[in-house]
Amino acid sequence: MDEIQSLMHGFGVALTLTNLVLMFTGVILGVIIGVLPGLGGANGVAILLPLTFGMAQSPGGATSAIILLSCIYWGALFGGAITSILFNIPGEPWSVATTFDGYPLAQQGRAGNALTAAFTSSFIGALVAVIVITFLSPIVANFALEFGPPEFFSVYLLTFCAFIGTSKEPPFKTLAAMMLGFALAAVGTDPVTGTLRLTFGSTHLLTGFDFLVAVIGLFGIGEILLTLEEGLAFRGAQAKLNVRVVVETWKELPRYWLTSLRSSAVGCFMGIVPGGATPASFMSYGVARRFSRDGDKFGSGMVEGVVAPETAAHAAGTSALLPMITLGVPGSPTAAVLLGGLMIWGLQPGPLLFVEQKDFVWGLIASMYLGNIAGLIVVLTCVPLFAAILRVPFSVIAPIIMVVCAIGAYTVHNSIFDVWMMVVFGIAGYFFKKLKYPLAPLVLAIVLGDNAESSFRQAMLVSQGDVAIFFSNALVGTMTGLALLLLVWPLLGWVVRRVRGD
Amino acid sequence: MAEGPQDRAAFGLKSAEIAVAAFFFLFGAIVMYDSVRLGIGWQEVHGPQPGYFPFYVGLIICVSALVNAVQGLIIRPERDRTFVEVGQLKLVLTVLIPTALYAALVGLIGIYVASILFITFFMRWLGKYPWWKAVAVSLSTAVVFYLIFEAWFKVPLPKGPVEAFFGLN
Repeated sequence: MDEIQSLMHGFGVALTLTNLVLMFTGVILGVIIGVLPGLGGANGVAILLPLTFGMAQSPGGATSAIILLSCIYWGALFGGAITSILFNIPGEPWSVATTFDGYPLAQQGRAGNALTAAFTSSFIGALVAVIVITFLSPIVANFALEFGPPEFFSVYLLTFCAFIGTSKEPPFKTLAAMMLGFALAAVGTDPVTGTLRLTFGSTHLLTGFDFLVAVIGLFGIGEILLTLEEGLAFRGAQAKLNVRVVVETWKELPRYWLTSLRSSAVGCFMGIVPGGATPASFMSYGVARRFSRDGDKFGSGMVEGVVAPETAAHAAGTSALLPMITLGVPGSPTAAVLLGGLMIWGLQPGPLLFVEQKDFVWGLIASMYLGNIAGLIVVLTCVPLFAAILRVPFSVIAPIIMVVCAIGAYTVHNSIFDVWMMVVFGIAGYFFKKLKYPLAPLVLAIVLGDNAESSFRQAMLVSQGDVAIFFSNALVGTMTGLALLLLVWPLLGWVVRRVRGD
Repeated sequence: MAEGPQDRAAFGLKSAEIAVAAFFFLFGAIVMYDSVRLGIGWQEVHGPQPGYFPFYVGLIICVSALVNAVQGLIIRPERDRTFVEVGQLKLVLTVLIPTALYAALVGLIGIYVASILFITFFMRWLGKYPWWKAVAVSLSTAVVFYLIFEAWFKVPLPKGPVEAFFGLN
């Protein structure tokens, strides 16, 4: 088993004192980020990314940097559950489904059980996903080594068409948001010929729009503006977690093994295919309700109703890193930010990473195991502390978050212009969220735009302008065909509804 | 249910949908305009010209914007929900305008002084905290950020005349 050997090597890389300290730091920061309104996995990691620029320069530093950032991500995934259960405020979109049964449980005085169930199932979901990553990613990477421009373009096409096919938002809004991302990515220097595009003589636009700034604005500032509307009274249940409650819940959990398994499968699938954690959590909640014997009691405070969405969300959030490290195609906005990090540190994400940067890749995979254990320990022991953060009044927390966002936007390129752009993106994010324009495809398009365009143009150059190259062999043909099917999926659904006469 | 002036709709969903669709259309049109300038055809050595890809991106933006605008237009008046209430809009603007000013100030007087002013203002004006509390929180925030960014991670942040006076540049 090559993978086991590589993984053991990875543990050797990840298990240094520095890395363990970074792991716990990352998880704690991540939980705080997950708990705070306006800060989430994607923009939290984006804000802290510049801190790693220096760190990544030293030998082996890139591994430490990715451990820090990915642990922030795990922490944010854990943190979302705390606010959902105690305050009925989903800190992250993927924890919305957790509120359905988590908050009623808290109201019945069983917050401890709900939290333990949520954390434990998050952990199990992540563990399953990491095992999938461990064994599947070398295969995918090996396979992808043979990829040329047409294959890569068809992967990109599949990624973006999947958004249109699986998105809950109206398809034309998804399309508009996505294309806005591609247009923003095109600003600046043309990746193939070096021509300046869409800059209109502005020197600020020479380097184009940085997606990190977009992420901080859209998710950070936009989210705070939205939170403001809701009014600011956070009234939450008391959080107490003692050993007795934890053990009691752990005894109950094995009963839901089938739900866990099903939710992990849903989560892994949705994470690898760019659907993301949010639909995965809803889907697995729905599936669990349908198959459970107590399905009709869901929503009134069932532990199983917490297990299902949390397992799926964490499994999806984790497995979203699989396409990121193997193909260079992130499955979620946070994975996109991590991908951006890799590029800034001078690592080229994609299949070659497994050949050229073995230490880095396996260190990262090993740190996923360790980071989630660290996460589970931190959240089980420190819940009251994190819940206390939410009791800090919004008029104190909000300006500090704004300042953190501004610092994050500035430090990406040491540019004041980016701080202004952050505010602009914040206003856009507020409108987009209210009108159901999805943000994830927008962000992914900004990140992948140049690569998608380059692979398209290279493929066109090879085939001398013949689009048949995207169907030239079984692999690329299947991916392109699947992509086109997903693209017209909403249309098919509409036709079917019409024919049935609903 | 009686509606107070604060609950009144400042904007309807319909107008918001149309306005955002119009923004998208305009943006798409600008992208297409510049793409045509760059050339949207085939070039012998480089293959598709620099404007080729963005041109179709712009075109799709314009087409989807039109669809979204039409879908906004056909919202019947009785189904037109509130996009934002007057009270909500006021609250959002009382935060947005200071934030925009803050972003502008960062370039002039540096991020530390701007942040201190911003947090103090926010706590004093919106949170109704006593002066000393607002100043204490904002000053300690600035110090903590200085220690984390400049001292620990060696990431320089924008500074202005005040820092220069204290010789911190």
